Amino acid sequence: MKITGAQAIVECLKNEQVELLFGYPGGSVLPLYDALYTNEFPHILPRHEQGAIHAADAYARVTGKVGVCLATSGPGATNLITGIAAAHMDSSPLVILTGQVFVSLIGRDSFQEADIWGITTPITKHNYLVKNAKDIPRVFKEAFYIAQTGRPGPVLIDMAKDIFTQEIDFFYPDALSMRGYHPVFAGCEADVEGACELLAQAEKPLFFVGGGVNLSGVSEVMREVVSYTGIPAVASLMGLGSVPSSDPNFFGMIGMHGTYVGNMATIETDLLVGVGVRFDDRVTGALNKFAPRAKIVHFDIDAAEINKNVRADLQVLGDLRWSLAALSRKMRTQPSEVWHTGVAAWKERLAGWRAECPMSYDREAEAVLPQAVIAKVAEVTQGQAIVVTDVGQHQMWTAQFFDFCLPRSFVTSGGLGTMGYGVPAAIGAHVGRPESQVVCFCGDGGFMMTCQELMTAADLGLPIKVFLLNNGYLGMVAQWQRKFFNRHYAHTRFETKADFVALARAMGCTALRLDAKEDMDAVVREALNTPGPVLVEVLIPPEEDVVPMVPPGMGLDEMILES
Amino acid sequence: MKHTLAVLVENRPGVLTHVSGLISRRAFNIESIAAGYTEEPDMTRITVEVEADDLYELDQVVNQLAKLIDVIKIVDLTGEDTVHREMALIKVAATPQTRSDIINIVEVFRAHVVDVNKETLIVELTGEPMKIDAICELLADYGIREIVRTGKVAIGRGPKPAKDS
Repeated sequence: MKITGAQAIVECLKNEQVELLFGYPGGSVLPLYDALYTNEFPHILPRHEQGAIHAADAYARVTGKVGVCLATSGPGATNLITGIAAAHMDSSPLVILTGQVFVSLIGRDSFQEADIWGITTPITKHNYLVKNAKDIPRVFKEAFYIAQTGRPGPVLIDMAKDIFTQEIDFFYPDALSMRGYHPVFAGCEADVEGACELLAQAEKPLFFVGGGVNLSGVSEVMREVVSYTGIPAVASLMGLGSVPSSDPNFFGMIGMHGTYVGNMATIETDLLVGVGVRFDDRVTGALNKFAPRAKIVHFDIDAAEINKNVRADLQVLGDLRWSLAALSRKMRTQPSEVWHTGVAAWKERLAGWRAECPMSYDREAEAVLPQAVIAKVAEVTQGQAIVVTDVGQHQMWTAQFFDFCLPRSFVTSGGLGTMGYGVPAAIGAHVGRPESQVVCFCGDGGFMMTCQELMTAADLGLPIKVFLLNNGYLGMVAQWQRKFFNRHYAHTRFETKADFVALARAMGCTALRLDAKEDMDAVVREALNTPGPVLVEVLIPPEEDVVPMVPPGMGLDEMILES
Repeated sequence: MKHTLAVLVENRPGVLTHVSGLISRRAFNIESIAAGYTEEPDMTRITVEVEADDLYELDQVVNQLAKLIDVIKIVDLTGEDTVHREMALIKVAATPQTRSDIINIVEVFRAHVVDVNKETLIVELTGEPMKIDAICELLADYGIREIVRTGKVAIGRGPKPAKDS
């Protein structure tokens, strides 16, 4: 039986078990929207395409499923760019559908035409331009497969308007034939064996847990390995939550705003085992000073990550579902006590660093400190919440002071550092895991970039709890200006008369203001217990720094420790 | 050190954009790139000559290229026993007085004259890139108007095709 291309796309989505789309309609996707309408296909309408893509990204991060996003041609598609780049940097599996003008109009600078295929080539795992409806089943099958296998990532399908109305005999393929795409699963057993031997020989081994552990769903295995051996672990920003913050073997995030103990351990370790990490510059600091005494073992699925930034003495190439499980098995050939005894002295050294310089803030301060609010939210939600952040100081404070207990529970724009990510991502996180409480920390800069999505949350009754930490500054940039630019606050201070509480209420949200320390417990509890979306404006001091801080170009042991 | 890679890709629209875009955004030093059809109608072969300081740098080029979905296979032909050639068409000024001198040079290089007019000659030369550099240097004395070079292509000696290596 012949069906239209638009109907075929709906069938493809059903075949891929897509629950819903985050989308925004427009001229060139009208026939597709008509098919979505007649099929009653679930769809969430944000207020800006950027809201759709961040929401789809967060949906993917908390569920592990592919997030699907739809926008029209031209400006609709270009409004997705920041979100696609953010998803690409953090390896988030997305399929992005964009409308394109009619085939006959392509290349003529037609109304709402943009070469989105060309524009997104550097920021997608793969992308397609479909000009003929007969290609729809193959392209969708490939796109969903590519997005979620191997190292996940966003795949874009640009669709010329013609294909929606062309009729095809629909058949969704079971199998794929792609000569150039064979994601590795199992690698070389001998490499795992080698890693195990190095760990047994090392006196000061350190696991460095990255976002790959979260992405491949092997946090449990990682926890087992760490608790069986007692080998200390640190994490990148994206790796938080894989090993619980409260685990006695866990020593926090490392890098520019990492813990003192984590950064010092990285300097002294004699064997750093990176698991699903890409050794980003925010983690390593000066590359020539990173882990100077250590052999490096690198577990990753992406061969191009090996030796990209940090030279590996041993690489274990393959899916962590294979390699980490194999490592766990091999490590069990030596009794748990032997492992624990082997690292006892090293762990004492770490405990010393932790005692010497614990993560802290001025608990006696009269002001409402952002760290205290974050710790309070963590305490009240008992580690069961999904935590979403925007980007900036509040993001780092969340990484430092929130107790992460669960994998896939920390949603943040790590690689790209996208301001405006928070509120739409909170929506996507709630849609993906409606049974979980979703809290979102934002700054007053990033919040305003996408705050219109509070309206989406209010209209759909999505109970996200947004804590807007308002210091009246673009806080992280201002911190750098304080430290490195003679306190020249060049365009980082907001002299605003805006009323955030009134703004949120106007969009249909409950809104509270927290400006006195003694109210903190009550306001946080009220926010978390109020149904529907809630904004809490928290008035925090204007000049609080994120510390520790490794100044750019320095080694991880060259931290600024105090504000 | 220069390395020669044979990159076998799907013969689809956009593949060259994906390959060349990757090379430029990763800031790889590409000396030459030449693409064309192969013995299989749905496969294109791109010969890339890349400058890499060490094997780590070369590995990055190969591994990043290999991530492209349309790239089927990459074979490093460096150090292999290969035939490698480049073709050049050189338009050189030629007066009745200089024409025979130029033709002498052309014969020494086993090149061909493929077009003659009152003012210029077009010389066609196939060979290793250094040989082309050498003839260009000699012809420069007569006034080169235009040069077009294909970039290097390479193929391994012996019976085995790159796709099976």
